Amino acid sequence: MSSRRSRSRQSGSNSRITDDQINDLVSKLHQLLPEIRNAHSDKVSAAKVLQETCNYIRSLHREVDDLSERLSELLATTDNAQAAIIRSLLMQ
Amino acid sequence: MDLQNLNPSSLKSRFTARFLRALTEINAPKTISSSSPREIFQRYRRIKVAADKSMAYSVRSRRIWSRATLWRLRTRSRSRRLVSFGRRASVKTRTTASHGKENKEHHGAVLGVQAEELRELVPGGEAMDLCNLLDETAHYIKCLTTQVQVMRTIANLYSIE
Repeated sequence: MSSRRSRSRQSGSNSRITDDQINDLVSKLHQLLPEIRNAHSDKVSAAKVLQETCNYIRSLHREVDDLSERLSELLATTDNAQAAIIRSLLMQ
Repeated sequence: MDLQNLNPSSLKSRFTARFLRALTEINAPKTISSSSPREIFQRYRRIKVAADKSMAYSVRSRRIWSRATLWRLRTRSRSRRLVSFGRRASVKTRTTASHGKENKEHHGAVLGVQAEELRELVPGGEAMDLCNLLDETAHYIKCLTTQVQVMRTIANLYSIE
């Protein structure tokens, strides 16, 4: 992989090699995306793959946000439980 | 989480260990009134930063996106101590390398618009040529899904009372 990359840098004007490389990378990305509707998943255009990739990354960011929020509330609950226990112990 | 495949040096294990450690630190100050909305929001911010930071540290500097994330986190914490906003803005523009723009136009002008969108989503994407961008994106997605998996598992564990 690294030898292909260096070849494309040297032959800057030869776009045929780099187009194949790009298609490879795009199909590699395509495999990471969650397959929803595409029956003919081989024939998805590169632009569509990139668009879906952007959407997928955004949804992953949202999930991280939601989970962070959920965790912050759960940590608060745990604190409250421990605080309640401490308080009840002190009051005895 | 699949306990059978728990390789101690895997990305998932490294991230989980770091993130749990960070959560313990965030949870540490035991004040009784720790459930005000403002505190919850602050904790949410800290948890989110800890998650992104833990993942970037687990990848270390092997990837452009992880280096960019670590750089961004360090710069943000440093500039928070400074008063002026303008300084932070000038630091941000300095990261956009001009050589990346030339490569952008050379490789596939067809993918130009979508690649622009992607550059904004992947850390450090502005300075990458198209090949690097696609490669980094694939790795970034793998790491994000791992991050989400682990966070979800931890949240579920906390939910069992």
